[in-house]
Amino acid sequence: MRLITKIGEWFDHRLQLAAPIREAAGHPVPRNTASWFYVFGSAALTVFLLQLVTGILLALIYVPSAGEAWNSLQALNHQIALGWFIRAVHGWGSNFMVAIVLIHMVQVFLFGAHKYPRELTWIIGVFLLLMTLGMAFSGQVLRFDQDAYWGLGIGASIASRVPIIGPFVVKLMLGGPIIAGATLSRFFALHVFVIPGLLIGFVGLHVLMVLKLGINEWPMPGRIVKRATYEAEYHALTKKDGAPFVPYAIWKDMFFAAFIILAIAACAYCFGPFGPTGQPDPTIIQTAPKPDYFFLWLYALLSLLPPSLETPFLLICPPLVILGLLLLPFLSGEGEKSWKRRPIAFVTVLMIAITLGTFTRMAQFTPWSPHMNAWSGDPVPERYIHGTTALERQGALVFQVKQCRNCHSLGNTGGQRGPALDTVAVRLTQDQLIRQVIQGGGNMPAYGNNLSPAETTALVAFLETLHPATQSPARDAARGIVLSEGKLRSSTQP
Amino acid sequence: MSTKPVMAPSTEATISRRGFFMKLGILFNGIAAMVLAVPLARFLFSSVTRGRENGYLSWVPLGNVSNFPEGETRMATFRNPFVMPTDGKTVDTACWVRRVADDRFQVFAINCAHLGCPVRWFPQSGLFMCPCHGGAYYRDGSRASGPPERGLFEYPYKVENGVLTIDAGQLPTPGDPVASLPSEKSPCA
Repeated sequence: MRLITKIGEWFDHRLQLAAPIREAAGHPVPRNTASWFYVFGSAALTVFLLQLVTGILLALIYVPSAGEAWNSLQALNHQIALGWFIRAVHGWGSNFMVAIVLIHMVQVFLFGAHKYPRELTWIIGVFLLLMTLGMAFSGQVLRFDQDAYWGLGIGASIASRVPIIGPFVVKLMLGGPIIAGATLSRFFALHVFVIPGLLIGFVGLHVLMVLKLGINEWPMPGRIVKRATYEAEYHALTKKDGAPFVPYAIWKDMFFAAFIILAIAACAYCFGPFGPTGQPDPTIIQTAPKPDYFFLWLYALLSLLPPSLETPFLLICPPLVILGLLLLPFLSGEGEKSWKRRPIAFVTVLMIAITLGTFTRMAQFTPWSPHMNAWSGDPVPERYIHGTTALERQGALVFQVKQCRNCHSLGNTGGQRGPALDTVAVRLTQDQLIRQVIQGGGNMPAYGNNLSPAETTALVAFLETLHPATQSPARDAARGIVLSEGKLRSSTQP
Repeated sequence: MSTKPVMAPSTEATISRRGFFMKLGILFNGIAAMVLAVPLARFLFSSVTRGRENGYLSWVPLGNVSNFPEGETRMATFRNPFVMPTDGKTVDTACWVRRVADDRFQVFAINCAHLGCPVRWFPQSGLFMCPCHGGAYYRDGSRASGPPERGLFEYPYKVENGVLTIDAGQLPTPGDPVASLPSEKSPCA
C-alpha cells in the first residue's frame, strides 16, 4: 500500500495533477442539482467514450475502400468472433448518442441553463450537436451498402441546390464526379479523424466550462437571472446550500451511465447490428433507400413539402435554425429560468418534439411512396369482380395491368400514395373518373397516352362498381336530364 | 575587456531586437504556411477543379443500336469513364434507354431529378417511378407527379457505326447542369 502511495507521489511530483483533480471533484454544487434530471450530459460523454472504443475496434477490421468495405462488414458480421456485437454496440450507441444529446439539450433549455453566464457552453453544445449529427450521417456512409450509396446521392442532390457553388460542393463532397472510392475515403477521414478530433476538443471545453462556471442551479420560478448579480448569488447559493460534486451528485451520473451502457448492450444483443443491406452496386436498382432513424423526419419532410417550396426550405431553414440556436442565449440571456414561467419556450419544445416524432413515424410507413411490388401479376381480389359484366372485368384487368395499385389500394393492399379506391364510385361521377384517369392531376399522372379509349371505358366501368352495397354510385344530376332530353329529341325526330 | 562595447546597447534595444526576430519568425512561418497552403488546397479541391473543366465527361458506348427495340425503354449499364483502383462496383452505372424511332433516342439518367434515387420503368403503365419520395415521370422523361421539379436528366447521345454512345461521367444532380438537356415538356394529356 505504501508502495502504491509512493509511486503515486512520484508521478504527482512530476505531473502535479492531483490538486486540480481533487479540486474539480470536490467543487461545491447546489444540493438540488444532484437530480436525475442532471444526468444526461455525463451520459452523452459516456456514450461518446463507448463509441470511441468500439469505433477503434471496428477500424481493426473495416476496410475504407468502395470495393472492399461491404465485404469487410460481412466479415465483421459473420467471420470475426463477436464482430457482429461490436458493430451492433457501435450502431445502437449512435442512436442512443443522438437521442441523449437531444434530451440533454431539451433539459438544458427548459431549465434555463443557456442563460448568463453559460452562453458559450450552450453555443459549444450546439456545435457538439451538429458534430454528433455529422458523425451519425458519416457513420451511415461507412456502412457502405445500398442505403449508404443512395443516401450519398440524396446528400449530393441537396448540396447541388445551393446557388452558384452547389455543383462544386457536390464534387468536393464526393471527391470526384460520382459516388465512388474517393467518396467513401473522405467520409472515413471525416468520421474517424476530423469530427472525432473536433469533438474531443469541444467536449473538453464544454466540460471545462461546466466546472469553471458551475452547474446550473435548479430553476426556481421567480428567481430572475440578472447579469449584475447572478454570479454573486450563485456563489452564495453554493456556499449556503452546496455539497461536493463527488460523491454527493456523481453517484446518480454513474448509475445512469451504467444503465445506458447496459441498455445499449441489451439492444445490441437482442436486435443485432444494422445491415449492411445489399451491395453498393448502382446497377441494382431494386431498392428503396431509407436513412437511419435520426434522419427519418427529414426523409418524410422531403416527401411532403410542395415541390416549389423544397429548395428554399432546404437552403434557408437549416442555417436559420442553427443561427437561432446560436443566438438563443443572447436573445434570452436573462430573466426567468424555470420552464413553469416560460410558456413559449415550453410550447416550442413540445411542438418541435411532436413534429419530429410525427414525421419520423410517417417515414416508417412511407405512405407517399408507390408500392413498387404491387405487381401486375397479382390477382384482382375476387369480391371486386364477383357478379360483374364482361366490360367491368376487362376494366379490372386494366386496373391491375396498368399498375394502378402501386399507388391506390383495394381491399387494403396496394400503395397509399393516392386515395384508396374501395368506394371511389361514391366520390366521383363517371365523367369525373374519366377526366381523372385521362388527365391526371392532384398529384396523379395523366394516363391519356397510355390507355386506349376502349381501355379507359372498361377501367371506368370497373371503377364505377367500387361502392358499398348500400350506397349507390355518384351521379351527375344534370347528366340524366341531358341524356333524357337527347333521347327525347332523337325520338321525336322523324 | 572588449566585451563591454558589445553589451552597450540599452535593454530596450535588446528587447526590440528580440521582438524584431519574433516578428520575422512569424513572417517566415507565414511564408512557409502559404507555400504549403497552395499545394494542400489544390489537392483538396482537385475534384472541383477537374469537374469545372468538364474533365470527367467523355463518350461512352452503351451497345449496339439493335439491342434497343423501337418504341421500348430498356436499362443499359456502362462503366464510368473516370475510374480509380478502389472504386469497386460503384463505377458501374445504369441508365434508361428509350428508342423513340430509328436513330432517335432518349437516354435518361437512373437518378431521380428530385434527390437522386434510382427510378424504375414500368412499361405497362408507361411511367418511371421513384421508390424514395414517390416521384413519377412519363415515358418521355417529363415530370408526371410527385416532388421532382423537372423531368428526368438526359444524357447527350450519338449513334456511330450502329453503336449508341452517350456523353457521361458525372452524377447528375438537380443543381448541376451536366448531363441535363432541357427536358421540360408539357405533360402529355
